[in-house]
Amino acid sequence: MSELRELYQTTILDHNKQPRNFRVPAGANRQAAGHNPLCGDRVAVHVVFEEDVVKDVGFQGAGCAISTASASLMTQAVKGKSRAEFEKLFDAFHEVVTGDPQQEVDAASVGKLAVLAGVREYPVRVKCATLAWHTLRAALAGGRETVKTE
Amino acid sequence: MNRPALRPAGARLDAERVRGEFPILRRTQRGKPLVYLDSAATAQKPRAVIDAVSRFYEESYASVHRGVYELSERATRLYEGARERVRGFLGAAEAREIVFVRNATEAINLVAWSFGRARLGPGDEVLLTAMEHHANIVPWQLVCEERGARLRVAAIHDSGEVDLAALEALLSERTRLVAVSHVSNVLGTINPVREITRLAHARGVPVLVDGAQAAPRIPVDVREIGCDFYAISGHKLYGPSGIGALYARAALLEEMPPWQGGGSMIESVSFDKTTFAGIPTRFEAGTPNAEGAVGLDAALDWLGDLGMENVARHEAELLALGTGLLDAIPEVRLYGRAAAKTGVLSFTVDGVHAHDVGTVLDGEGVAIRAGHHCAQPLMERYGVAAMARASLGVYNTAGDLERLAAALRKAVELFR
Repeated sequence: MSELRELYQTTILDHNKQPRNFRVPAGANRQAAGHNPLCGDRVAVHVVFEEDVVKDVGFQGAGCAISTASASLMTQAVKGKSRAEFEKLFDAFHEVVTGDPQQEVDAASVGKLAVLAGVREYPVRVKCATLAWHTLRAALAGGRETVKTE
Repeated sequence: MNRPALRPAGARLDAERVRGEFPILRRTQRGKPLVYLDSAATAQKPRAVIDAVSRFYEESYASVHRGVYELSERATRLYEGARERVRGFLGAAEAREIVFVRNATEAINLVAWSFGRARLGPGDEVLLTAMEHHANIVPWQLVCEERGARLRVAAIHDSGEVDLAALEALLSERTRLVAVSHVSNVLGTINPVREITRLAHARGVPVLVDGAQAAPRIPVDVREIGCDFYAISGHKLYGPSGIGALYARAALLEEMPPWQGGGSMIESVSFDKTTFAGIPTRFEAGTPNAEGAVGLDAALDWLGDLGMENVARHEAELLALGTGLLDAIPEVRLYGRAAAKTGVLSFTVDGVHAHDVGTVLDGEGVAIRAGHHCAQPLMERYGVAAMARASLGVYNTAGDLERLAAALRKAVELFR
């Protein structure tokens, strides 16, 4: 059970059960939809993006605990960030969930998001952890097509 | 092979002993003894199959049907022997009614692009059921699109049984084929394919049965069913991947045009005109998967020794046990309650997504499938995005199901 606890940390279980920013923010002017065809998970990300800053962000959809918690934590982490700052954070987050399991997690670069580091032991779940992120990237880019993880 | 039969017909199947013949089942997963409950996706291989393939490579491998030397004659004999084995296993009248393909998917594609393309015209219909695997949906969709034909879909009851009245009502003068699974890969339902065939034939409509899930689980006799086509996959039958077979009634197969061109399937070739070989060779273009066929032969021989009645009874007993164990967990909802059902347990767990169920079970050494099971329309029918599925094989035991139930209770606990 210890490895599972490593993956399903209390923070993840909490965000899965009570996702933060699970809403469409008023005045949202950017949105994108994400779909993981492998498991059917769907997420929609809505952003209030003004003067190159994520003023507000919310998400909706249905998915597994990893994708839900990741989306929820992401909305908290990116608020107030510029697009370039978001990209930098996404890169650091991607490194956390795909890095070598033997290596220390660079917690300083991602803060609370480090709770998702357990995903490194489960490569098939990386797509769950990054679905909302890819979707937010698409929203900020102003794209219209549904983002697919495959 | 000089090997005593494992089980005389009518005897119980000793799963512990059967299990001992599968080397991979001695492995661990995430540090725990492996409980393999994903046989509906693909079955593990017994020693007899592994050895048969190795032996073929070491002793008999050569180009088949090019027999100017002894080794090639031997390879050809083994390849054709495998065809005869499949004939016997399915109860077909003649070996030439068996076409080797890659898998059941390719068998259905063959029928779609040869038989379907020739028979379907604008406004014509192919009739399916709501529980079909994508392999028995998409090929028809593609060929219908090309020919201007359309799909009709017979509804199912909540129990996971085909609504026969609905199916009968959808049989029209435009129906050119009924394509139905013998056993559902999600619900486990054993469809009344004999009855469905009778209904279709009464209107002159041929029937294709997707037997990918049925052939490894229950005795199959294509002549007793009366169907025109029957598709199987070797890898679900404890044989190698990349080999499968299509049974097609000789009279229909004779009329069907080739669907792939190349070597082997011709009679003579010039740049002006090619004439084609007879059946089944006409449908086997290129160098075939002879080692796959030999491995499938060994797998069917092995299953024959176990006895398919015994396999079916073993699975029915475990299904009853597993259903009881899962029903005892309040958060678990089972899908598929057909009266006639094989060893497939598809379920959702309240408050836990199917993929998280799969990951928690993985951590307990229990391998199951999670997702849409290549049956997205069926997921939609039951209003779920994904299901978890535990499916049984000849090597599973009561202990495996107890491990499954214990792991599920842990998942519920973890996400409470």
